[in-house]
Amino acid sequence: MPKDSGIGASSKRREDVRFLTGAGNYTDDINVYGQAHVYFLRSDIAHGRITKVDTSAAEGMPGVVKVFTGKDFEGVGGMPCGWEVTDKHGAPMQEPPHPILAQGKVRHVGDPIAAVVADSLEQARDAAEAIDLDIEELPAVMNMKAAAQDGATLVHDDLKNNICYDWQLGETDDAKVNEVFANAAHVTTLDLVNNRLVANPMEPRVAVGEYARATEDYTLYTTSQNPHVIRLLMCAFVLGLPEHKVRVVAPDVGGGFGTKIFHYAEEAFCTFAAKACNRPVKWTSSRSEAFMSDAHGRDHVSKIELALDADNNFVGLRTNTYANLGAYLSTFSSSVPTWLHGTLMAGNYKTPVIQVNVKAMFTNTVPVDAYRGAGRPEATYQLERVVDKAARELGVDPIALRRQNFVTQFPYDTPVALTYDTGDYNGTMDKLEAAADLTGFAARRSASEANGKLRGLGINCYIEACGIAPSNIVGMLGARAGLYDAATVRVNATGSISVMVGAHSHGQGHETAFPQVVADMIGIDESMVEIVHGDTSKIPFGMGTYGSRSLAVCGSAMVKATEKVIDKAKKIAAHLLEASEADIELKDGQFSVAGTDKSVAWGDVTLTAYVPHNYPLEVEPGLEETAFYDPANFTFPAGAYACEVEVDPETGQVSIEAFTAADDFGNIVNPMIVDGQVHGGIGQGIGQALLENCAYDENGQLLSASFMDYAMPRADDVPFYGVDHSSQTPCTHNPLGVKGCGEAGAIGSPPAVVNAVLDALNSGGKAVDHIDMPVSPSRVWAAMNG
Amino acid sequence: MYNFEFEKPSTIADAVAALGSEDAQALGGGQTLIPTLKQRLAAPSSLVSLSSIAEMQGVCVEDDGSVAIGGATTHAAVAADAAGSYPALAALAGQIGDPAVRNRGTIGGSIANNDPAACYPAGALGSGATIVTNTRQIAADDFFQGMFTTALDEGEIITSVRFPVPQAASYQKFLQPASRFALVGVYLARFADGVRVAVTGASEDGVFRWSEAEQALSKEFREDALMDLNINPANMIADLHGSKNYRAHLVKVMTKRAVQATI
Amino acid sequence: MTQVSMTVNGKSVSGDVEGRTLLSSFLRDHLSLTGTHVGCDTAQCGACVVHVDGEAVKSCNMLALEADGADVGTIEGQANADGSLNVIQQAFQDHHGLQCGFCTPGMVMSAAALLKDNPRPTEAEVRKYLEGNLCRCTGYHNIVKAIMAASGQDVSSIAAE
Repeated sequence: MPKDSGIGASSKRREDVRFLTGAGNYTDDINVYGQAHVYFLRSDIAHGRITKVDTSAAEGMPGVVKVFTGKDFEGVGGMPCGWEVTDKHGAPMQEPPHPILAQGKVRHVGDPIAAVVADSLEQARDAAEAIDLDIEELPAVMNMKAAAQDGATLVHDDLKNNICYDWQLGETDDAKVNEVFANAAHVTTLDLVNNRLVANPMEPRVAVGEYARATEDYTLYTTSQNPHVIRLLMCAFVLGLPEHKVRVVAPDVGGGFGTKIFHYAEEAFCTFAAKACNRPVKWTSSRSEAFMSDAHGRDHVSKIELALDADNNFVGLRTNTYANLGAYLSTFSSSVPTWLHGTLMAGNYKTPVIQVNVKAMFTNTVPVDAYRGAGRPEATYQLERVVDKAARELGVDPIALRRQNFVTQFPYDTPVALTYDTGDYNGTMDKLEAAADLTGFAARRSASEANGKLRGLGINCYIEACGIAPSNIVGMLGARAGLYDAATVRVNATGSISVMVGAHSHGQGHETAFPQVVADMIGIDESMVEIVHGDTSKIPFGMGTYGSRSLAVCGSAMVKATEKVIDKAKKIAAHLLEASEADIELKDGQFSVAGTDKSVAWGDVTLTAYVPHNYPLEVEPGLEETAFYDPANFTFPAGAYACEVEVDPETGQVSIEAFTAADDFGNIVNPMIVDGQVHGGIGQGIGQALLENCAYDENGQLLSASFMDYAMPRADDVPFYGVDHSSQTPCTHNPLGVKGCGEAGAIGSPPAVVNAVLDALNSGGKAVDHIDMPVSPSRVWAAMNG
Repeated sequence: MYNFEFEKPSTIADAVAALGSEDAQALGGGQTLIPTLKQRLAAPSSLVSLSSIAEMQGVCVEDDGSVAIGGATTHAAVAADAAGSYPALAALAGQIGDPAVRNRGTIGGSIANNDPAACYPAGALGSGATIVTNTRQIAADDFFQGMFTTALDEGEIITSVRFPVPQAASYQKFLQPASRFALVGVYLARFADGVRVAVTGASEDGVFRWSEAEQALSKEFREDALMDLNINPANMIADLHGSKNYRAHLVKVMTKRAVQATI
Repeated sequence: MTQVSMTVNGKSVSGDVEGRTLLSSFLRDHLSLTGTHVGCDTAQCGACVVHVDGEAVKSCNMLALEADGADVGTIEGQANADGSLNVIQQAFQDHHGLQCGFCTPGMVMSAAALLKDNPRPTEAEVRKYLEGNLCRCTGYHNIVKAIMAASGQDVSSIAAE
């Protein structure tokens, strides 16, 4: 029976009412009295030396408040990178400066050169057109392999080359790896590209900076997944402001998917300019601007080799990846191709020897950073494509080959630095086989063939490391931040509760799901609990929402704080009931003395905490507790996905006929919300596999610079999805036993789609081993026609 | 957007007069023009809206059986109101953009813009339509003169488009996945005296007639008539979404499908 | 500046606008009806869909002056007279048809326009009709399901709640 409240219930989302009635409060809905607008003059060439920026004409234009250039930011810090990666020789990564406005050179189309603050946006734009600019164009560094060669044009003149780092994980002894491959009965090799994507949350980024002269306080309203991180980075590394004088608010945020984690120049600019202009300054990105200023995702070029023994056991795996970082290091960009990617190369398999090699490259493109899944989709895609190819080459069933190599004993130490605490990959695969009706596939294929279509079935397994992350471990790996989270549970006198959480909800439904947990623990109605998030002045601290971490990390902090509240409330109840604290039980909102009928209600205890007349003297009045929670390990959601496609052999058009996901997320608080997260992830994964492609030409011009050329998945590109999460092995190290579900769909779906297309083509007699994503009609047609 | 004056005349005569002022530009439904203005790629001094001119609205069947569509008629109105009189054209109109775009975009605006991937130019050229302006009548064969180029003079307004109704017709559109314009669109119309095949989305010269296919199909209206024909890829568009060869291939496939749909 | 007058959600309103003022901007900036969102600049995303004289249009792709005299409906005017969610809004909540909420106003307005013309659309018809409304969160599953449910169809057999 589904539960109707508390943990495990599909409670309807309370936040929906405001979104459905137009009452949401997104950053662009915020207008501050007296605000001016900023327009950024952005480079339209990819690489060049700035020889002149003359703003004198612009400064005299109607409505202009002030014009800023790189000169105004000399001595101000640049945008920081939050993760120092150490290369395989022990040297720190090359870390070039990333100024707020370009200084000396422009390095990608969209690099901001000047900023005009004016009464209206159109006036700012008019004035920006009057800025006299000379840029001496330089060759654009676009191809990663060429960029790695000696003598290549340098993106950053002060660096020794374009390689940010040359990194390795797993087996360091090349001879040993070579030996494994030399002795293998079979080796499968695949060269592939993980296509560059633009996250494109439907809400473009916005920043509003405000400065109060009287108190010297700053307020920044911004579209962020993590307002405290923005405040910390901006205050400590960029503007040098005291944190206690800066408030960062991320109100309703219209989707993030990673791209709103990062601290962006526009946020620092609006904060800086609010003081410099003595007026609030607002920036609203247009979608076209977003394409050239939001951090992009993915963009790996990889070679993967899988060695198998005569019994088809995986005996070795080697990968070589070029990872595009773009022109500058975005906030967490350096961690994505390394610790979020290399560590996942074991996948669900007990491959004993693994070597991962990654060269991270600077190019004249928009910076690349985490996008839904962040490194884990890139790992999964390589691994699951090469496993499928191996099955085809060996003529064995792709599911059987996977099952044969699954990790079955937990905990399991991988050769790439992780310890999987729990999982049941065979059990999850069983769920998939049933949910996707794989036994009926042959009949469905025949029906498709009768209609002149090729039908394919693609299977994929994935594992991800979520619940990011144990601070001590990530610290050793180069993180410049801790990755704990925090919650304050504030119980009001009348028993209602405000929970101030460090996680930020921008679609995930925390406002509904988090209260389910607290209400369940106390035994009160969910409506008595409310979540407060997104405002550094209201919440204790928070590292924010990404990496499928909110419930696993911040939710754990909330549980810990609630436990502290309950412990204290029990002391008060014990006093009221004249019993020993050890005998007090809390159930259904009633404190009772074990074995008696004596009880006192939650509301009476909370009132007593604030009206402490009859009160234990050794206990402080009030009822409010804060907890910080630092996870002991990552969590390891895992799953198995099946995709069925039809391919039109005449046009190469692929249509997704069925998509089924079987996931193991451990325990689940709100199944409805979890299903929705999986749906959304699959939608984005299908987008990556079939449609989305952020492409540049050889001169660094962005070819997919708007929705006219960047193909977003639409309602008629996708089917209804089958979702099963009844395979549940609870996480062993957090109090809720939860693993996280936000990224799974985006990680697990692209290889399933591509494997399905290849299966379809091979079933039609076309021996096609590989098509790069997006598997567009023209690419499928080209592959079919040699 | 640069600023402009806005005028909304209620007669063709007033619109023509308003368009006489320097750098004035006609505004149909604005579904292409407004995004262009947002990018500041055009700077008209005034926009003259054609949306309130009653004589440019609606679909009607003329005495000779042809279907006349007012230049300011929206795609949605054509999709609904021409469904009985010219179903293939109505179906084409129903495939342009999306429902909200179809409620604003107009046939006159689309044809005057002559986007190389737009649907209406194929429908007009494939039907052998006549473009009627405030000053003259222009055969579709003379009207479309390469991408974004037409026979229209400065200030000339498309007041209506007259379509002879073929015995059978079909529009086969293969979507460009991002914009959902035509990657390749083929409009095939079968008249008593022959077949017309117009292709959009494919050529660097904009909408064109595939005359070899027309001749072959006029001789023998069946799929196989196309078997030995091929489009020369040299003039095809190559972009992110498809190579020259792919577009050339799609022209043939879509033409074949149009034949299938009209047999 | 030119005066523009229209009826918005049943109320007469007017304001002085420039020729270039978009309907979306008039609604958001002049009338503070910020439920209508702007998610792109190429008329693709549909977050800005409103009703003009009963028809769904993209308000960021229409000049405010073009709506002079029109009857405009926005998301703020969709709830029932007593403030409760209307059938479509309620179905979106019941079936989790929204996540971040940014595309939602446009989705609800498009759904209303669809159901006016086609009271019992098939799954394929719903998906096709939503061609001009992008959502990045839901993978569309629960949006399609919600719209079908709002049309009175039994959606219980559609996978997953």
